Amino acid sequence: MTLIVYALVVRQTFRRFLTYRAAILGAVLANTVFGAVKAFIVTAVWRQRSVIGGYDLPDILTYTFVAQALIGPMSLLTNNLDIPARVRSGDIGTDLFRPVDFQGYWLSVDLGRAAFALLGRSLVPFAVGALLFRLRVPADPRVWAAFAVALTLGVLVSFSVRYLAAMSAFWLLDEKGVTGFVNMMTTFLGGLTVPLILFPGWLGEVARALPWASVVLVPVNVFLGKLSGAALAGAYAFEAAWAVALLALGRLVTARARQRVVVQGG
Amino acid sequence: MLIEAENLSKTYTLRKKTGRLKRERTTVEAVRDLNLSVAEGELLGYIGPNGAGKSTSIKMFTGILSPSGGSLRVAGLEPIRERKQLARQIGVVFGQRTTLWWDLPLRDSFALLHRMYAIPDERYAENLKRYVDLLGLDDLLDTPVRQLSLGQRMRGDLTAALLHDPSILYLDEPTIGLDVTSKAVVREFLAELNRERGTTIVLTTHDLDDIERLCRRVVVIDHGTVAYDGRLAALRARIATDRTLIVDLARPAAPVEVPNATVTRVDGPRQWLAFPADANAAELIAAVASRYEVLDVSIRETDIEDVIRELYSS
Repeated sequence: MTLIVYALVVRQTFRRFLTYRAAILGAVLANTVFGAVKAFIVTAVWRQRSVIGGYDLPDILTYTFVAQALIGPMSLLTNNLDIPARVRSGDIGTDLFRPVDFQGYWLSVDLGRAAFALLGRSLVPFAVGALLFRLRVPADPRVWAAFAVALTLGVLVSFSVRYLAAMSAFWLLDEKGVTGFVNMMTTFLGGLTVPLILFPGWLGEVARALPWASVVLVPVNVFLGKLSGAALAGAYAFEAAWAVALLALGRLVTARARQRVVVQGG
Repeated sequence: MLIEAENLSKTYTLRKKTGRLKRERTTVEAVRDLNLSVAEGELLGYIGPNGAGKSTSIKMFTGILSPSGGSLRVAGLEPIRERKQLARQIGVVFGQRTTLWWDLPLRDSFALLHRMYAIPDERYAENLKRYVDLLGLDDLLDTPVRQLSLGQRMRGDLTAALLHDPSILYLDEPTIGLDVTSKAVVREFLAELNRERGTTIVLTTHDLDDIERLCRRVVVIDHGTVAYDGRLAALRARIATDRTLIVDLARPAAPVEVPNATVTRVDGPRQWLAFPADANAAELIAAVASRYEVLDVSIRETDIEDVIRELYSS
């Protein structure tokens, strides 16, 4: 029953983003162009050796364009949550007295944003990549379905990390240091700059165990059909465990933030 | 009682840098020992200077801030613990910010609130029609909030705050920045809402016209506590402020000397004479005119602003 509210928030956020179509164009162009540049680089690297970290050339090209396509939905470069701005302006008061769950509300907002980004920002970079390079696009609808699940779980993880960073605004006058640092971690440990499969030794082990592995690496591995059966279930469990743990931490932080809220203005 | 606060207080701890590493903790008492009861159906003026603790106390009434001490019940609920139930009982309107979604058309903002407050469909449709008609929002429903004028936005915000039939409506500076016509619309609407629906209204404002036109009871908050609580007329009488006679003499002169009045200000040929509120103004004017050449006179009555200023400074 109450889920209707959150579903409606998702839909309305989607519609809010529709108003800003023009701004999307720039992002689409940048994501596509950088995708092509990265594709040339990995092609040059993979010329030296045909398989690196279990990926052949079509694998890594696919990884590259899926990662570019996920910049928007997974919010790999920015925090994208309005919480800090609303804390600063005092508008957060409105969000705090609504009869809805604060974290649930912002999760719904983010899901609406991610859904919009998936349609508005992801399709073109990937389609252009698929036209210009030899990508491994799954033909089996079951792989697509499995990919959708991994993607959804990934968005939950991405949200829960960014939510924690954004909530720091309740404690700090300027949260940009925290959100900026977390954005950098997301970009790097999410495997946007350098694919996680290239991280050497223990660094790779650690990186692949951190929550950010859920935002690009796991969905791509599902997309490439590298995970099935028990391995697929394990990957889901990995994403879900991080999502649950971080969302629970977020709830704790939310309760603390309520305690100490000092909404700006006398 | 709809709002019942007993010895309510709120202290903030601030850390101030006093040296390279040293930090000093200071506590600020934003609200202390505030006692207030508001009955159902009241239209209460809740006023005070900036930083007096008005907003802090209202944030406690609405369940946003947790009190540091004292007890508080609003609509029979404990604001922080029963925040969600309380939220369905209250409406909040801020003049300086909107509670609507900036980039959504009014209609969509209302639709979101419909679900958020779990308003039964029939009641929602009825209320929406009622307020849209009353506030003339018909042609604006498909306009995004960011494109609305301040007056239009305020009408949208009022509707948004009332769709769920709250028993208490908090208004923070609802007429700030509005032109005369829009102010009149808002005031008339609030008076009617209070009269027809019995909605309890707590009005915070710096516009004392709002208070004069709407509120019989006024609560003045100063230094975090109640400085005055009573009828507006009694507040005015309590502080017997003088009336002022302003005379324009034909030429600059030394301060005018007449019985029962003292000159408070001289500016060239213009002088300001304070005289008791119950003294006869006609006699005073006659007395001045018999001794000086007077070009013009005017009388300024004590307005609520003077009363409040007097109260704050005492």
